[in-house]
Order: sequence, then C-alpha cells, then structure tokens
Amino acid sequence: MNIPPAYVLTLSGILFALGVIGVLIRRNAIVIFMSIELMLNSANLALIASARMLGPAQEALRGHVFVFFVIAVAAAEVAVGLALIVAIFRSKESIDVDEVSSLRG
Amino acid sequence: MTIDLVLFLGLALISVAAAIAMIASRNAVYSALFLVLNFLTVATLYLLLNAAFIAVVQITIYAGAIMVLFLFVIMLLGTERESIDGGIRWQMPAAIVLGLGLAGELAFILLRNDSAHKPLADLSAEFGSPASIGRVLFSEYLVPFEVTSVLLLVAMIGAIVITRMHRREDR
Repeated sequence: MNIPPAYVLTLSGILFALGVIGVLIRRNAIVIFMSIELMLNSANLALIASARMLGPAQEALRGHVFVFFVIAVAAAEVAVGLALIVAIFRSKESIDVDEVSSLRG
Repeated sequence: MTIDLVLFLGLALISVAAAIAMIASRNAVYSALFLVLNFLTVATLYLLLNAAFIAVVQITIYAGAIMVLFLFVIMLLGTERESIDGGIRWQMPAAIVLGLGLAGELAFILLRNDSAHKPLADLSAEFGSPASIGRVLFSEYLVPFEVTSVLLLVAMIGAIVITRMHRREDR
C-alpha cells in the first residue's frame, strides 16, 4: 500500500478519541472496558504504521514485536478485568459504574 | 486517487463507523459485535501495511479469543441493557465535545507531520512475515517473551482467585 502513513496515524488518533468518548459517556462497565480495548487497538495501529514508515530497516520490526507484547498484555488485562466485573456483579447485582461508589467518603 | 487510497478510505470509514456504533448502541451484545467488525477492519489495514503476522494474531486473539470472552461475560451476567435514567446531565455533551476536540487536535498534529508524508519505500514480502518476527522475538526479545508467559500465568491465577473468593463469601 502506498499512501502517506500520516493518514493511518490520523485514523488511529480518531479511533483513540472515540475510545475516550466511549469511556466517558457509557456507564455499563463492560462497554467501558471494550472502549479501552479500542484505545489499545488504535495504539497498535499507530505502531504498525510507524514500523511501515521506517521499513525496510530491520529495526522497524521492533514495532511489530511491541504490538505482539501489547496484545499479550491486553489478553491478560481482559482476563483479570472481566473477573473483577463478575466479582462486582456478584456483590452489587449491577455493573453500572455509577452504583459502584462504596468508597466515596 | 489511486486504488490504495480508495481501499484505505473505505476501510477507515468502516472502522470509524463501527467504533461509533459500538459506543452508541444501547445493547452491549451489539457493542461487542461492532467491536469485532472494527478489529477485523484494523486487521485488514495491518495486511495492507506489510504486517501479515500481526494481522493473523489480531484476528485470532482479539477478534477470536478476547471478544468471545466479552460475549461470554455479557451473556453470563445478563446485563446487556443499560438504564438510561440517572447520571450527570451534562456528562454526555461535555464528553462528546472534549473527545471531538481531542480527535481534532490529534488529526491536526499528525497530518502536519512532514516526515509522515514522504512516499513509502517498497518492502519485500519478508518484512513482517512470521519468520522475520520470530527471529527478532527469540533473539533480541527473548527475556521479555519469557516474562510474558509469567504475566499470562499470573493473570490466569488472578482471574481464578478473584472469582472464587466471592463464591465462598456467598455460602
């Protein structure tokens, strides 16, 4: 593909901002979590676009390796995060983040 | 307008539309399915950016494993619908204005970057193939790779412990 990488970087910026909006306006904890995944994914897209920009230098492959690690960390994060959401649901009978305010003074 | 640009704009449109539909749909199951669509379009973009291995990893781990886990939890808890009442009244307009401001600034900064507008060098099919990534991963990044396995083990144990503790308290 031969388009300026700036366009791909801009797309990743727009997807990141949409993830931020999702975190801010939704109150369902699972949808907030999915918006965080969207942000992680847009960061991955920026890394891949940068790697393509710096190719064919062999060092550019580090961007791909970094994305690989980000995906592994995201998988671990999803496992723990969804376990936390299930635990919150068991004690509160709801995953609305407005209801989880026991620590408020 | 080249065919590449048309292809990219189409994919970008689908991925942005899927992201908007994800944050706008009231039902969490639809949100999850729109997120899968977004992941698939991003995986196609990875293919266009000479990242074949990462594209396959994206489809199998993100669109496959992670989103199945999400759908599983949504259906297990039965909380796909969200209550509309309550909440802060000015929260949504403020969030949309601030988020669009962030998007605008990011787009402005990234489009103004001169070094990102240079034409791309042609790459061989070798770049980004599983073999080339494996060579970097198992030589330069061997220790982080092994640490990742420990991280996944810790996450697995953590998930089991967090969900089991509460079951004991219920009894």
